[in-house]
Amino acid sequence: MAGQDLAPSPRATGARRARRWSWNDPTTRAIIYQVGLLLLVGLLIWYLAHNTLRNLAARNITTGFDFLQQRAGFSIGESAIEYSPTDSYGRAVLVGLLNTLMVSVVGIVAATVLGTLLGIGRLARNSLVSGLCGIYIEVMRNIPLLLQLYFWYALVTEVMPSARKAFSPLPSVFISNRGLRLPWLQGNAIEWMLGGLALAIAACLLLSHWSRRRQEASGRSFALLPACVALLLALPALGWWISGAGFVVDRPVLKGFNFQGGFTVTPEMFALLAGLVTYTAAYIAEVVRSGIQAVNKGQWEAAASIGLSRARVLRFVILPQTMRVVIPPMTSQYLNLVKNSSLAVAIGYPDIVAVTNTILNQTGQAIEGIAIIMAAYLVVSLSISLFMNWYNKRMALVER
Amino acid sequence: MTQAQLSSVGRAPPGRSAGALGWLRSQLFSSPLNALLTVLVVWVLLMALPALVDYFFIKPDFAATTAAGCREAGGYCWALVREKHRLILFGLYPYDEQWRPLLASVILLGIIVCSAMRRFWRPALGLAWVVALVAVGVLMWGGVFGLSYVEDARWGGLPLTLILATFGIGIAFPFGVLLALGRRSNMPAVRAVCIIYIELIRGVPLISLLFMSSVMLPLFLPEGFSIDKLLRAQIALILFTAAYIAEVVRGGLQAIPRGQVEGADSLGLSYWQQMRLVVLPQALRISIPTLVSTFISLFKDTSLVVIIGIFDLMQAARAAVLDSAWQGFSIDSYIFIAVIYFVFCFSMSRYSLALERRLNQGQQR
Repeated sequence: MAGQDLAPSPRATGARRARRWSWNDPTTRAIIYQVGLLLLVGLLIWYLAHNTLRNLAARNITTGFDFLQQRAGFSIGESAIEYSPTDSYGRAVLVGLLNTLMVSVVGIVAATVLGTLLGIGRLARNSLVSGLCGIYIEVMRNIPLLLQLYFWYALVTEVMPSARKAFSPLPSVFISNRGLRLPWLQGNAIEWMLGGLALAIAACLLLSHWSRRRQEASGRSFALLPACVALLLALPALGWWISGAGFVVDRPVLKGFNFQGGFTVTPEMFALLAGLVTYTAAYIAEVVRSGIQAVNKGQWEAAASIGLSRARVLRFVILPQTMRVVIPPMTSQYLNLVKNSSLAVAIGYPDIVAVTNTILNQTGQAIEGIAIIMAAYLVVSLSISLFMNWYNKRMALVER
Repeated sequence: MTQAQLSSVGRAPPGRSAGALGWLRSQLFSSPLNALLTVLVVWVLLMALPALVDYFFIKPDFAATTAAGCREAGGYCWALVREKHRLILFGLYPYDEQWRPLLASVILLGIIVCSAMRRFWRPALGLAWVVALVAVGVLMWGGVFGLSYVEDARWGGLPLTLILATFGIGIAFPFGVLLALGRRSNMPAVRAVCIIYIELIRGVPLISLLFMSSVMLPLFLPEGFSIDKLLRAQIALILFTAAYIAEVVRGGLQAIPRGQVEGADSLGLSYWQQMRLVVLPQALRISIPTLVSTFISLFKDTSLVVIIGIFDLMQAARAAVLDSAWQGFSIDSYIFIAVIYFVFCFSMSRYSLALERRLNQGQQR
């Protein structure tokens, strides 16, 4: 729409008149330019495709995605679904995609929380707090993410003690150069507890909807936060009780040179998450800060004049308005985080890029491999921006 | 500011917020939460600062020249910096010829710093750039004026990072401006081609483009024709940066009021005259701060060329601690180059802030 402002306007000069096929007619010129450009692009694509097909034929590489059904034959360090080297390349790609998604989701949630706190801290009246947040933001933003990932990875693998001398801040929690080991639950109670958790989340959503409706109708407020916390704690506990308390805590135990049992956060995953979260949080902090500053100062003053404390002003008046300003730039930070998770390949975390790259090296299916990576990111990027646009529309100020 | 004054006026007589003690009280101990935060921050600082000073300046043996000496003393390994700084800064470039990449870096930095100063913003600057780039090329490759030839596979370290970033922005910039103009054109085919390009590139990570350049570009080319690895990485960086620059410039173009174009139309200027004389100068002025941010990102992103095996600053830092004697000192090596990256990026971001303030002077009351 706004895109039509600047270019010369052929409509104004004579689209209605009989067409004169002369170079001076803007419409004719536009048609010639466009046909020329399309021809050029078409020729380029044809030329590249032609060369590629010839090169592939010369190297005896068959095109197509049939190789996805072949046996992969390499193992993957960590996977959310079951995977063994006898599975197909297709399944390996799926494992990589799930790893990327998992890191992205955890990273986005953690970076948003940390970034929001930092952004608020940057604006704190306390100059020690705001100064420290400022230093954090500047340092993180001015050092390449890849360097930070290497730094975290080296910190775990080189500086942390070996498994035998693992550092244990809490009982059954071990930090060593093999990563972080946590106790984990085993047995059928987990399903019941997860079910309870899902139920609790649904109940909280319904409750928040109801409380807003009631407040709008009657003005009475409802203590939503305590109720939700209670539900989130009580329902999983209930699930645990119903299932007959049937689970055992799987504690990690040192056996030989490594730990057995428990839940592992590998050094790769730790480094990737630590790097992505601390780096993106610095950017999110700036987004939050500028969002808060964009709210009119009169809003602060008005809220202060009715006697709200600074914390309450922030919570009830400023942050809701900040949300509107913040959503679009926040979306691009989320997208950046997802795309940056591809750096996992540098520290050996098996994300989709790393897995596809391995496959590409094994099979020589370069074009298909790159196409898979690009398609996966395009789909993820588009989904995030569609969701955030929908959310933005919901949150946007409704005017006449 | 006003906020602080308002609330202190509301709650206490003004005397309490005056003077050093008053400042402390209003700044650091105005509420229980604030006091708690202050105590927490002070505690963190008391824990961290002495430890850092100890780690960097007290513990290490400044005279040590070997990894063993570092291990013995503990703390930051200054010996690594002393022994390996030439490898980290210049990579595998022949040792005796390292004054050449040093001089090339100084020339590049000099021309960049000059371009940042408004007093040099005149047509002659373009000529100076051409001369500087030729000089850099001559120094790095050699093969003329009695300089020995050094193939670009042996280039490395900081000059390589600077070259990738400078050429990246230099070539991506005009390309990006064209894309931005294309995206706002009212010729549907031109617009579509530009939108597809920009969105496609911005939707995928830089790594995938680097992989594409390293494994697919050779397939694209006719038989018997090859481009070397460095150039391929440079092409990927340019294609990537151009899409981002296009969006920055588009933002600037959107901010130009319609009346400017109409005014130019009424003078009978052609499209290119309008753009060159009226629209782009204003649009680019608005976008300069964001363009500098794009340059900072590009500078940081050059580190990704490590992944396709190019010996830039990052790869050199990794190589420095590869041999068995120096194993376990990766962190020290990373801290060394982190400081270098930080100095460059931080000064660019300060520059961008100062520029923004300066360019907005007309708007300030």
